[in-house]
Amino acid sequence: MSKKRVWPVALLVLLLVLSSALAGCGKKSSGNSGDTLVFGRGGDSTSLDPSRVTEGETFKVTVNVYETLLNFGEQDTSIQPGLAKEWKTDDGLTYTFILEEGVKFHDGTDFNAEAVVKNFERWANGDADRFPYYNSMFGGFKGDEGHVIESVVAEGDYTVLIKLKRPQAPFLKNIAMSMFAIASPDAFEKGDDQFERNPVGTGPFKFVEWKANETITLEKFGDYWQKGLPKLNKVIFKSIPDNSARLNALIAGEIDLADGINPADGEMIEDNKDLQLIKRPSMNVGYLGLTVTREPFNNKEVRQAMNHAIDKETIINSFFEGQANIAKNPMPPSIFGYNDDIEGYAYDPKKAKELLTKAGYTDGFEMELWAMPVPRPYMPDGAKVAEVIQSNLADIGIKAKIVTYDWPTYLDKASKGEADAFMLGWTGDNGDADNFLYVLLDEDNIGSNNYTYFKNDKMHDLFIEAQTEVDEKKRIALYEEAQEIIHDEAPWVPLAHSTPLLAASKGVTGFVPHPTGSDLLANVELKK
Amino acid sequence: MLSYVGRRLVHLIPVLLGMVFIVFMMIRAIPGNPAQVILGQQATAEAVAAMNVKLGLDQPWYIQFFKYLGGVLQGNLGESMRTRLPVADEIWPHLAATMELAFFAILIAIVIGINAGIVSAWFQNSWFDYIAMVLALVGVSMPIFWLGLLGQWTFAIEFSWLPTTGREPVRDPVNAITHLYIIDTLIQGRFDQFFEVVRHLILPGAALATIPMAIIARMTRSSMLEVLRSDYIRTARAKGQKMFWVVYKHAFKNAAIPILTIIGLQMGMLLGGAILTETIFAWPGIGRYIYEAISFRDYPVIQSGILVVAFIFVMINLIVDLLYGLIDSRIKYD
Repeated sequence: MSKKRVWPVALLVLLLVLSSALAGCGKKSSGNSGDTLVFGRGGDSTSLDPSRVTEGETFKVTVNVYETLLNFGEQDTSIQPGLAKEWKTDDGLTYTFILEEGVKFHDGTDFNAEAVVKNFERWANGDADRFPYYNSMFGGFKGDEGHVIESVVAEGDYTVLIKLKRPQAPFLKNIAMSMFAIASPDAFEKGDDQFERNPVGTGPFKFVEWKANETITLEKFGDYWQKGLPKLNKVIFKSIPDNSARLNALIAGEIDLADGINPADGEMIEDNKDLQLIKRPSMNVGYLGLTVTREPFNNKEVRQAMNHAIDKETIINSFFEGQANIAKNPMPPSIFGYNDDIEGYAYDPKKAKELLTKAGYTDGFEMELWAMPVPRPYMPDGAKVAEVIQSNLADIGIKAKIVTYDWPTYLDKASKGEADAFMLGWTGDNGDADNFLYVLLDEDNIGSNNYTYFKNDKMHDLFIEAQTEVDEKKRIALYEEAQEIIHDEAPWVPLAHSTPLLAASKGVTGFVPHPTGSDLLANVELKK
Repeated sequence: MLSYVGRRLVHLIPVLLGMVFIVFMMIRAIPGNPAQVILGQQATAEAVAAMNVKLGLDQPWYIQFFKYLGGVLQGNLGESMRTRLPVADEIWPHLAATMELAFFAILIAIVIGINAGIVSAWFQNSWFDYIAMVLALVGVSMPIFWLGLLGQWTFAIEFSWLPTTGREPVRDPVNAITHLYIIDTLIQGRFDQFFEVVRHLILPGAALATIPMAIIARMTRSSMLEVLRSDYIRTARAKGQKMFWVVYKHAFKNAAIPILTIIGLQMGMLLGGAILTETIFAWPGIGRYIYEAISFRDYPVIQSGILVVAFIFVMINLIVDLLYGLIDSRIKYD
């Protein structure tokens, strides 16, 4: 063979070798090792100390490392035993918790009443920037007037008494929230900064490694108190910010479970024989807020006209791909106290036009319509939904100009009341009506979560009464009445309660998505 | 030569100072309060106020500025408001991830881009020339998002040759020492992992390389065309030199200066982090690090992140300027 001919042949051989090597490797990595679950998600955690943050990506991990005194139900927010096997109260002021015995923290120390007391002491002696959730759920810190907790004391090794200054209706629900997880006192006494990167709890998995923006690795805790759990040896949380790329990684077998699935991809996943589509029970609401301090939205009839003008069904069918229910109240039907007797505003442009005329806006008006710049489960595509709303409004003579800002700017400006009408939503923290209605619509929360600046004295009294009402029936009646006021006053156009989607490979079993968005993985198994 | 480098380094000081100042003012001009973003939607007004005091955001801007500047001069890049970790500790793993990807991408871009440009110039107006230049145009204008997802679909899902995302096999993670995984795996003798790390680099590297590759190819072509028309080339050919050597040895050396400039600029750009590529391929690089800091209004991270990137950018330009002398002995530094 002449010298000239050798080169192309050699090159060809090299290419063949390389490509077969690559192909061989591809097969190896797509095979799952049965005891390690890789959970693909959109973002990284900020901290692994759940009491110090407000952001969901942290809780997704910590709910598997830590446990709380009480748990939520498997797929709802009913109260179930946790580290406390029993609890009771006679007057709604003194709560007695009987703890599980034989529970160990990951560092080998014992879980007991003293550890619980130390955790509560730590939070109560903190301040709002260290423990933001403690502040908002328990009304402040030691010495503050609003602080609900009078004392937390140990009675013997396995009994804890919590005394309240006044009854707090959602108290047990608050205790079950993943931010109030019981940590090893030995670990947090080393200092906050050390502790939030080396979490030590009693949960089914213990912490191994954290690579920023990449992965968080957890490993089975051998001394876990619930026998036979967890079933997996390892869990790896991997951050893949783009929804489509995350789905690609799932199809390629690099991850086993993915959250944040685009509604538009749902059908494709159902058709794929290697994958399963998982629906998270809804605990959210997406809405269009109307700032009631701005003209013409200070007029109730204009707000009602907006409600009649918007075609929610089209929005849900087009952009939620049907994975949502039409909203008529500010909270989803799964929450206790939901008023199902309320009849939602029907899509009726004619009636909307009449209401506008009655309000003195026969020729309509001009307004700004703020479109959400980021996708959220309750609003997968803000810009497109805004276009539908814009065209609905044009039908009744309202000229809406769509504007948008980057997310922090959007929230900042909206909370200052600078928007005419803005899209927003909320995912519940503890599944209590107070966490939706009071937080989003009461005058106490103007400037924080009440972006519409809506105010109603009667409704405010109902909320305050409901907060301390321990009788569940009476409480439900109070919230039902409040929802009637909200419906009539119409500070929002409630749009949708969406069903967030996840997907997993077929081999994943025992995964039960929780409405709060933090999923327990102790029962999950991975079969080849 | 040394005095030239010294002078250039002195000139860096006002450039970086000005940059720090501009970034400092810009991020404070955009609305949105870090305390509010960190504490979340649940936070009360008092909590936000307390956080502001803790973060020092209640002080006048000039005090904040000089405090930050004082820290930087002592080598302290500040502390992330969100994660409460020193920026200097956080930034390196991200920077290393970006460096690995950027070097890989620029390597692809140089090898393919320069050769495509040279051959296009050599056979000007041939079919190869036309196709290469159309591809270069497509390369510059192709959205990375689309290209990235298409690459994942083709090479990871249809053919299973390459992984879709990330920089290491997730079930067999690399034990990070330098955070440059190519080096880490070699140090530890894990050749299987080294091979995996390279496989993870191919798709994002290729996606990231498209734009610089196209720009380098076009610059090489035009620069080569100019040189190929000059008298000494005709002389070389008249002497009977093989065309290959005329083009690659005699012509290329004289055409290299503008190409080198472009490579330097592109390299600086790649090291600034490619947010889109890093997002699509879940690459934990500096672009995403800074981008996420912006959405959290994490001022120290934004400031120091951009400062580090800018520093690298000007250093690369300095290196390029020094390389001119190596290529063209007529260029002297004094």
